[in-house]
Amino acid sequence: MTITTSTAYWTTVCAYDRLLPERGVAALVDGVQVAIFRTYDGDLYALGNRDPIGGAQVMSRGIVGDRGGVPTVASPLHKQVYDLRTGECLDLPGVLVPTYPVRCEGGLVEVLVDRL
Amino acid sequence: MSRNLVVAGHGMVAQRFLEAFADRGPDGWTVTVLAEEDRPAYDRVRLSAWFDSYDAADLDLGGAPAGVELRLGQPVTAIDRDRRVVSTPAGETPYDVLVLATGSRAFVPPISGSDLPGVFVYRTIEDLEQLKEWSTANGRRVGAVLGGGLLGLEAANALRLLGLETHVVEFAPRLMPLQVDEGGGAVLKRHIEGLGVTVHTARGCAGLEGGPDGVTRMRFNDGGELAVDVVVVAAGIRPRDELAEAAGLAKGPRGGFLVDDACATADPAIWAIGECASLSVAGGDGVCYGLVAPGYAMAEVVADRLTGGESKMALPDTSTKLKLLGVDVASFGAPFAPGLDVVVTDQVTGVYAKLLLTDDAKTLLGGILVGDASAYPTLRASLGGPLPAAPLAMLAPAGEGGAKMDLPGTAQVCSCHAVTKDHVTDAIAGGCADVAGLKTCTKAGTGCGSCIPLLKQLLAAGGVAQSKALCEHFTYSRQELFDIIRVRRVTSFSELVSEYGSGRGCDICKPAIASILATTNPGYILDGEQAALQDTNDHFLANIQRDGTYSVVPRIPGGEITPEKLIVIGEVARDFGLYTKITGGQRIDLFGARVEQLPVIWQRLVDAGFESGHAYGKALRTVKSCVGETWCRYGVQDSVGLAIDLELRYRGLRAPHKLKSAVSGCARECAEARSKDFGIIATENGWNLYVAGNGGFRPRHADLFLTDLSTQDLVRYIDRFLMYYIRTADRLQRTSAWLEAMDGGLDHLRDVIVDDSLGLCAELDAQMAQHVTAYADEWRATLDDPDRLARFVSFVNAPDTPDPDIKFEVERGQNVPTRQGPVPVTIGGAR
Repeated sequence: MTITTSTAYWTTVCAYDRLLPERGVAALVDGVQVAIFRTYDGDLYALGNRDPIGGAQVMSRGIVGDRGGVPTVASPLHKQVYDLRTGECLDLPGVLVPTYPVRCEGGLVEVLVDRL
Repeated sequence: MSRNLVVAGHGMVAQRFLEAFADRGPDGWTVTVLAEEDRPAYDRVRLSAWFDSYDAADLDLGGAPAGVELRLGQPVTAIDRDRRVVSTPAGETPYDVLVLATGSRAFVPPISGSDLPGVFVYRTIEDLEQLKEWSTANGRRVGAVLGGGLLGLEAANALRLLGLETHVVEFAPRLMPLQVDEGGGAVLKRHIEGLGVTVHTARGCAGLEGGPDGVTRMRFNDGGELAVDVVVVAAGIRPRDELAEAAGLAKGPRGGFLVDDACATADPAIWAIGECASLSVAGGDGVCYGLVAPGYAMAEVVADRLTGGESKMALPDTSTKLKLLGVDVASFGAPFAPGLDVVVTDQVTGVYAKLLLTDDAKTLLGGILVGDASAYPTLRASLGGPLPAAPLAMLAPAGEGGAKMDLPGTAQVCSCHAVTKDHVTDAIAGGCADVAGLKTCTKAGTGCGSCIPLLKQLLAAGGVAQSKALCEHFTYSRQELFDIIRVRRVTSFSELVSEYGSGRGCDICKPAIASILATTNPGYILDGEQAALQDTNDHFLANIQRDGTYSVVPRIPGGEITPEKLIVIGEVARDFGLYTKITGGQRIDLFGARVEQLPVIWQRLVDAGFESGHAYGKALRTVKSCVGETWCRYGVQDSVGLAIDLELRYRGLRAPHKLKSAVSGCARECAEARSKDFGIIATENGWNLYVAGNGGFRPRHADLFLTDLSTQDLVRYIDRFLMYYIRTADRLQRTSAWLEAMDGGLDHLRDVIVDDSLGLCAELDAQMAQHVTAYADEWRATLDDPDRLARFVSFVNAPDTPDPDIKFEVERGQNVPTRQGPVPVTIGGAR
């Protein structure tokens, strides 16, 4: 018998108002760097902050927009575009950044980082 | 055994022959070129372009093909046809085949005083060098050109650019008598007088007077006189056929080696091509052609014949299209033949057009266009066939109707390289998707370039989309968006994208729109919605580096800095452990700053009197300078002072791409101004302005735009140049590519920002004045406002914790990013 122990829990990172529409911020959640974005419609997305191509922790500083209606962020280093919903790179198939659940509770932004 | 092919002369036609011969890959030939001039073939058609750069290399044609022995400064002085040997001052060279391509010389009519100092011809680079040296010496004020033909008007423009009061003297009753008729001549004259050039038609020169110090006076055949300091004789050319008589070769009725339609002389071993040949087609009289296209055709014929072909010369097409003193002039076919004509004279816009048709009005025989030659490529290609549309529709300004595209497949699109419409459409079907591709595939458009508009039309007709859409969110080009934002007074991206675009934008359109908004609504660029449009560099007012740190570049106008400020930069770099490097733009770059350190670093810099250097922006970077007359014993103006003034005037100016400038205090050009978007070089009398230079990926020397300007005029023209660029360039298009893509090029630019042909100058001036008034240092404005500072944190939930992944090692005594092995890439799959 295997017992699965999940240590995942929601961490509050900042007030929702702290996020500019179509811009990201970086958060440090128990040693994990997370990029959190607010789109024009007010939706929240969270990705790993590390650019998988360049290796630097910069994804939160990319330009937010859309490609064919899909919400996106472009890496500020070399402009590869990623799907905010899935973390998939739309320019280089197979390249991914991790995604994290994120929500707004009582005016606060919370992110769920799973540290199994 | 190898055969000896000797070519006498190395001009454009000889060069074309050598290339055509080499392209056919013949075996068993030893090729030797014996040339009189000391330089290899250059582009004499564009001779006047030498005045743009004073650099002969700009006219270079790439030298003789590999394997050809080129002997410069070795003119052929005699031909011994019995022994098949030519002589040069260095000795004898045997030939099996001799191709004469000796070209022509300038004709100087027998008038007294034509040998005085200060009297020049207009034929070689050396002629131009001497003309410039003489004309720019002190006290030379008035120049006159003898001859109002094509070359004469080119020479007149040269005198004008050299700053002389310019006169053109033409014996015939109109300018360009060989190309245009009376009506066209009158329109042309009005254009040219509008530029301040005095035109004397129906007037001959009776003699020149002067002394050892140079020419001083021109006497006219009607008794009048003109005080002159410079005279250029442009009275036509004569074939260089001196070798004919002694060698017993026949000459044409007006000189030139007489050749048949195979370009062969009566001696089967000797051929003649280009301007030295008197071509007799189908037994007609020999005629010398002073145009490059017939010369190229002759070169192709002889190359073909020598390699076993049987091609022949047809009666050459003498169509020409050129821009003289900014005026389009085109003449094609036989415009003076009898037939039915259609004439349009628009004295308001200064346009004249004439088409000549056969009596049944079915076949186009020729025509003349002055003032607007946009219809030329289509009309020329329609020669000898039916017009693709009604005559008046063909002449309508910028009429780009689809009807025009109904050219027959055999119509010659590019006359320089004899490329037909079929060749071009085949190349498009074979995958050529742009003008550059067509140039490579077919050579079309690589000669005079006048067929490029037609190539674009054929590309469009071939279904190749020449999309100008900025990105998937806007179908408009950057220029169109600029106009929409300006005219509709749009102030935000959301407003623009909801009314004129779709979706929520991307990393292409957002920074481009942010840049336009920075021009139309000057002020702080990071407030409100505008903040979300900026690239990370503009967003953090610093330059992102590979490890996610930023570099900091304080402005050091003109590269001048006090020891105190230099010490502050040193102290800041030391205290924050920043890697320090001198940039190419005469300032200092500080690397390795973390995002949360930027405000503290800048607080110290701003306190010491520094401001943002905009190294992060598509904006003015630096105005580099040499030390100038203050210290330099060669300097003629205060280059540092001007550079500082210009840098302070244009600091913070957002543009489609970065802008660089430099000021040199003398012609030695130590500041490398000609590699800049706008460069200034001091003269004894003021400043020369060069535009659209580039270093970087595709280097380009800037073009000389205006000469001997006062500082006030200089600033006015730079203002307009920059604003016109900002308004009309594509996203990320540097000034060099912008100018090269501009219809009409430098002349058009001059029309718009000097002669105000579009009536835009007042607006451009006002917009720049608005920029200058609204400028404020972005870093000071950021430091003064806690809301604006809020973004400069490493982590929103741990603002003072540095990014733990940023690590440095020490190299040559300074911090550099720790180099890890190859960066792992997360590959998708089961998660």
